[in-house]
Amino acid sequence: MADIDENLVRQIVQEVLAQTKNVDTPIDFGKNSSTATATKQQANSKAVPEKKVDWFQPVGEAKPGYSKDEVVIAVGPAFATVLDKTMTGVPHREVLRQVIAGIEEEGLKARVVKVYRTSDVGFMAVQGDHLSGSGIAVGIQSKGTAIIHQKDEDPLSNLELFPQAPVLTPETFRAIGKNAAMYAKGETPEPVPAVNDALARAHYQAIAAIMHIRETHQVVVGKPEEEIKVTF
Amino acid sequence: MKRQKRFEALKKRPIHKDTFVDEWPDEGFVAMMGPNDPKPSIKVENGVITEMDGKKREDFDLIDLYIAKYAINIDNVEKVMATDSTKIARMLVDPNVSRDEVLKYTSALTPAKAEEVISKLDFGEMIMGVKKMRPRYKPANQCHVTNTVDNPVEIAADAAEAALRGFPEQETTTAVARYAPFNAISILVGSQTGRPGVLTQCSVEEATELQLGMRGFTAYAETISVYGTDRVFTDGDDTPWSKGFLASCYASRGLKMRFTSGAGSEVLMGYPEGKSMLYLEARCILLTKGSGVQGLQNGAVSCISMPGAVPNGLREVLGENLLCMMCDIECASGCDQTFSASDMRRTERFMGQFIGGTDYICSGYAAEDNYDNTFAGSNTDVNDYDDMYVMERDLGQNYGIHPVSEEDVIKIRNKAAKALQAVFDALGLPKITDEEVEAATYANTHDDMPKRDMVADMKAAQNMMDRGITAIDLIKALADNGYPEVAQATLDLQKQKVCGDYLQTSSIFDSKWNVNSAVNNPNTYQGPGTGYRLYEDKDEWKKIKALPWALDPEHLKL
Repeated sequence: MADIDENLVRQIVQEVLAQTKNVDTPIDFGKNSSTATATKQQANSKAVPEKKVDWFQPVGEAKPGYSKDEVVIAVGPAFATVLDKTMTGVPHREVLRQVIAGIEEEGLKARVVKVYRTSDVGFMAVQGDHLSGSGIAVGIQSKGTAIIHQKDEDPLSNLELFPQAPVLTPETFRAIGKNAAMYAKGETPEPVPAVNDALARAHYQAIAAIMHIRETHQVVVGKPEEEIKVTF
Repeated sequence: MKRQKRFEALKKRPIHKDTFVDEWPDEGFVAMMGPNDPKPSIKVENGVITEMDGKKREDFDLIDLYIAKYAINIDNVEKVMATDSTKIARMLVDPNVSRDEVLKYTSALTPAKAEEVISKLDFGEMIMGVKKMRPRYKPANQCHVTNTVDNPVEIAADAAEAALRGFPEQETTTAVARYAPFNAISILVGSQTGRPGVLTQCSVEEATELQLGMRGFTAYAETISVYGTDRVFTDGDDTPWSKGFLASCYASRGLKMRFTSGAGSEVLMGYPEGKSMLYLEARCILLTKGSGVQGLQNGAVSCISMPGAVPNGLREVLGENLLCMMCDIECASGCDQTFSASDMRRTERFMGQFIGGTDYICSGYAAEDNYDNTFAGSNTDVNDYDDMYVMERDLGQNYGIHPVSEEDVIKIRNKAAKALQAVFDALGLPKITDEEVEAATYANTHDDMPKRDMVADMKAAQNMMDRGITAIDLIKALADNGYPEVAQATLDLQKQKVCGDYLQTSSIFDSKWNVNSAVNNPNTYQGPGTGYRLYEDKDEWKKIKALPWALDPEHLKL
């Protein structure tokens, strides 16, 4: 192995970096939003105060888990505390109860975190799977849209995606929890059957938008995930 | 209150299952000319746009900057911006003004000016505009080929049938992402069996989609989404530049591609910045043009129920299709997603695109029962085939599909299923049984198919990718196992990627692989006596006229 002069390397790197600085203008993602490295927390002026809910209690900043037998459930910023049911009227409490039951049926533990920095279901799940000891997370928006995501996947990819919230029933949420747990155990479960309701869009899309707008109002840029203690 | 019986009856009509909302401009619930939309303006200094739509260059967001840099013809912009918007709108309708003349103006519009021009047109005038501004001579159509259990045999059979019915482009997607490679090869083999020259795509996560194209499993891509506000872009980990880069990846591999955008997506994703749907879509169209991409799928697409919920919504949707054509790019005009519980309103949805005639009237007609449509259902599906044939025949207006005989469909479905069976066998993929081939031949939905081991299929699909299987392996498998003509068609498709002629605007192929695009077969419509007319298109009109269940009055037994 050749000897490497560390100082020389450092010097070269600095020179290259200095040059690139002259070539590239850094991209500014607008004045009111922020980049991923931002540390300041910015709430939306249209946000409403979160309600205190006895079954859904924040217990501090969520920390990465190291236990291989846990699945993280990452819920949206309006979940349970601003909105309380999905667009088809399934109570958020019931949604969580079912997903957790599905995970526990497979002998694994569920951890619930609330994501504040995004209202996008894919990125919500990405925050979740980075906290999850098994690397598996279930993302759930307040309107009910859900995803099962694994740590090493691209944000917009998925293990299973349930984009049609209007067809998700309590049974589906239980099956989602069960499958997420099976992925965490390294198994390859049969995907939860996709159900199609061709007319759901005509009835629900505008309502979905209104719910998503309310959830997006609750986004706090740069705010870390909150650990949630759930008691049924 | 005691209910009035007529009101009670009306309340039960299907239209009442659709949702309508009042305008809410601050959250983007407004179709066009919203109160917060910017007013058109331009300032050019030393060949650089220094002010656009009331904003100074230093205040430009990413999209403004991209459009100002790449999407506007600077030589004409000051003249065009000084021209009255009504005058430009009138040029679209005036048969004395040629398409080329209109383009001199419409290639130099800012987003706010573009919105203003469109807003001067009523629905009928927009149809006239579409007739003139569509890039390709002859309209066509695109279909979806999916089923909710991702059954590959059924995909192949449905693709073959759809090819026979006349769709020159076909799109599949998956219920489960890991199935994508199987869906891509199934639609490829099926469509080339049905008719050589069909282009196919598999709509999945962008990196996978590109990889499938590079393997030769697909011929084009469409689901490269662009948005009208920076925040929606960056929420998806993207910028206009990253999309432009992705576009060039496809071009470098000789793969056709177009972007996707449409009204309502920014509202649905929560960041419309208080602007109207048409203003935001004008930005999407211009940044597509600026990326050098040949085409765009727009017309609200999967967000159709957003413009559909507000006043002037469907007028806005046709308006954004027209604006796309005014930028001289291919327009796949939506009409692709379930929109209404009312059959009358479903028909209303595609009327403008149908009568105007776009490059692809639907960018997703469901070539399966909507029950099996993994895009969450289309506005029209297989159950509407016969209605559509009658409408074409009634109006002498092309919808891009034609009647077929039951015998021919049975034959082609069977051949496609068998060809795919041979491919699966040769590549060591989970067996397709004779029972499955038989079922796919006669199937309507996946309920008619034997159940497959989905876990084994997904593992095999992944393994196929890991083994480095490409289209060449498919071609060999087809050639060695009794399907030389399907092998030849699949090979011919790969050759087209080398010569690249189908990267030109609005390209499709005929069955002899002659490219038919805006370059070699441009739209010549300029009023009566010009342009494409179905009733003058001998071969196609013959097929439409010959409605299989029409009575023969001369020999009718009474």
